[in-house]
Amino acid sequence: MTEARSEQVLRVDAYPTHEVGGYRVRAGKPFPFGANVVPGGVSFSVFSDQATSMTLVIFKRGEPEPMAELEFPEEFRTGSVFAMTVFGLDHENIEYGYRADGPYDPVSGHRFDARQVLSDPYARLISGRDVWGVEPDRSRGYQYRSRVCLQDFDWGDDTPLGLPAEDLVVYETHVRGFTRHPSSGVTAPGTFAGLREKIPYLKELGVNCVELLPVFEFDESDNMRSNPETGEHLFDYWGYNTVSFFAPKAGYAATGRYGMQGDEFRTLIKDLHAAGIEVILDVVFNHTAEGNEQGPTISFKGLDNATYYMLTPEGYYFNFSGTGNTVNCNHPVVRNFVLDCLRHWVADYHIDGFRFDLAAILGRDLDGTPLPNPPLLEMLAYDPVLRHTKLIAEAWDAGGLYEVGNFPAYGRWAEWNGKYRDTVRSFLKGDPGVTGELATRIAGSPDLYSTRGTSASVNFLTAHDGFTLADLVSYNDKHNEANGEGNNDGANDNNSWNCGAEGPTDDPEINRLRTRQMKNAIAILMTSQGIPMLLSGDEVARTQQGNNNTYCQDNELSWFDWDQVDENAELLRFTREMIAFRGRHRELRSTSHPTGQVRESLGLPDISWHGERAWQPDWSADSRLLAVARCGTGDDDVVYVAMNAHWEAHDLELPALPHGRSWHLFADTGAEAPHDIRTPGGEPELENAGKYLIGPRSVVILVGRTPDPEL
Amino acid sequence: MSLNVKERRNKGGTVLVATGEINSETSGQLLQSLLPLVREGRPLRIDLTAVTYVSSAGLRTLLVVYREAQHAGVAVTLYGVSEEVRFVMSATGFLDFFETGEAAAAQSKAKPAVKTAVAR
Repeated sequence: MTEARSEQVLRVDAYPTHEVGGYRVRAGKPFPFGANVVPGGVSFSVFSDQATSMTLVIFKRGEPEPMAELEFPEEFRTGSVFAMTVFGLDHENIEYGYRADGPYDPVSGHRFDARQVLSDPYARLISGRDVWGVEPDRSRGYQYRSRVCLQDFDWGDDTPLGLPAEDLVVYETHVRGFTRHPSSGVTAPGTFAGLREKIPYLKELGVNCVELLPVFEFDESDNMRSNPETGEHLFDYWGYNTVSFFAPKAGYAATGRYGMQGDEFRTLIKDLHAAGIEVILDVVFNHTAEGNEQGPTISFKGLDNATYYMLTPEGYYFNFSGTGNTVNCNHPVVRNFVLDCLRHWVADYHIDGFRFDLAAILGRDLDGTPLPNPPLLEMLAYDPVLRHTKLIAEAWDAGGLYEVGNFPAYGRWAEWNGKYRDTVRSFLKGDPGVTGELATRIAGSPDLYSTRGTSASVNFLTAHDGFTLADLVSYNDKHNEANGEGNNDGANDNNSWNCGAEGPTDDPEINRLRTRQMKNAIAILMTSQGIPMLLSGDEVARTQQGNNNTYCQDNELSWFDWDQVDENAELLRFTREMIAFRGRHRELRSTSHPTGQVRESLGLPDISWHGERAWQPDWSADSRLLAVARCGTGDDDVVYVAMNAHWEAHDLELPALPHGRSWHLFADTGAEAPHDIRTPGGEPELENAGKYLIGPRSVVILVGRTPDPEL
Repeated sequence: MSLNVKERRNKGGTVLVATGEINSETSGQLLQSLLPLVREGRPLRIDLTAVTYVSSAGLRTLLVVYREAQHAGVAVTLYGVSEEVRFVMSATGFLDFFETGEAAAAQSKAKPAVKTAVAR
């Protein structure tokens, strides 16, 4: 007998003590919550503060009616936790839920209804929406069914990667949208397995972190709208409407119909890690899919409404999320729920970090007041399991709380830097009076993060929410008619410019300018201090045809069109080389903000600003030209980035370089491909050492280094 | 659906032929059949040609056999994996652990020595 089988121990708690409804049971363990396989049975544990009784409802998998209803004996309640071990269950072939009985008194916050079967908030698997887009049988009384799951994935030696935050290049993408397009060529389009087949593409692009739009179980069919032009049913495509926080979305798994979405998602993560790519999840703790007073009762509403949701004194739902309800994040029980959830994703799925949707809500008190020292944010920052996990806040909410630069960080939290996005967009389109703020943003926003360092700033120009990069340079206005809301949804303040024509055009000049503007954007993003984030598809000019809010568009508007990899190879190559360039130059990734202090080794400051004349930046309101030179320590190169948002060319006087170094040309977005960019390290030396003519609306990047005799 | 298993011994090792579904109900029986064969130390082939479905619990059972075999230094090879089962095993990562029919045949030409069941 081998070691693995020689350690079987007889356990006292493997024997039943009671019988309920014909099933042998014993008191379960209150912790951990959820359904956990124990010797001989399954232990079920659920919290409800105000329930007068609790019943475990068990279904044979897929059957409409329960096979058993087991009321928790009073002696199985510890505090407000009901816990029971049921023996002899085939855990693979059951679904379960709870009936909670108690007062129905909305004014006091209670909405108990024992007729409803409720999902377990801690369910590790949910069935009911197993295959994306399949119309559900809405006549079934229990839609989102909790399932038991073994936590026994074989990770080998995989762990979260722990890449330094400042080294990240984040790629924000959607599990389904990335490979659903027919051109993807993967075995299982639109799934975790499909994304796994595209790991070589991500690796070649050079990103080292994917940030996935929500993957917790949601119901894509809960959107009731249709496209007014086509009549086509619209989905809840993005999935910011969580049904179950511990369960991966079955419809994102090719094996979801077999209930193997957990293994499939873990396999994706394991292989991404093997390729050196971290995984960040976009998580939504500010609201749930249960909506307001008119919304469905799925789980929390029926288990403990007054605990889980922020309620007005009259018992209505506060709405700081813009979606009907607001999770009561700083209630001590809910804090633990959020913490348990994140621990689960780190410990059981090896997730490397989280981006928190509308994270400002996480800092609100039970009545919605912003807290000076929010206990949830502090807990997450110091939690032992999450200790090295990346935490990124979307530091605002729909209730008007805007905390960019002021988010309670506890030395740990980073932020989506909305001010970076707005400033660089504004500069790119040629607005006056932006040069000074541009300097602050590309230097890592020291005005916002002086005590937190540059890696507190996640720099981005585009994200799922808003225009794609191609649309940012092709549309002045949003075109959201397909969403069925009369073009009233989505942001109006886009800082976009169509370059002379609204939407697609045959004008070669306009198209050339658009390509140049996209390159300018990517060049600035990749040479800014802070963590760059790229929206999936921007590297190949993915368009949403001017729709800046494709939350409901499960079609070509949202999907990554893989034909564009060839069609827009020029932009893809540019992006790839820019990412590689960032990886090669430590001075661009410095964690501390530059101070202007002179580096003794080179006799140059760590950062210096220039205009048409070296050392003479023009900060005037009419200035649309700024150059920055960065200089690291030791043998690092000097990197000079000149950004010209002006519609005219300018002669640049270049700063002199010490110690036999000379200027080499890495990128000039004004040049035609393939001369627009070089391979890092292979830059040719400038012939005219002291000058460079920068074209209209162009970015030029030079490297000051010792000439390579072989070039 | 039930599962039938038959053993066949030949010069090179033991072949276990399974017929039916490998799920939570039948995997215990499969494990009972396989563990003694693993402990014999002879190369083991599991023929899944007549297996129509392998559930999550079934895949876990096969992986337990693999881990036992790894402890014992015994080569385990899966044969006749249907396209559907192979797809499920591939998407969930289980396939990475096993030698499967075609891969094993190719390797055996190049490296005839006894090998473990690890494919990666």
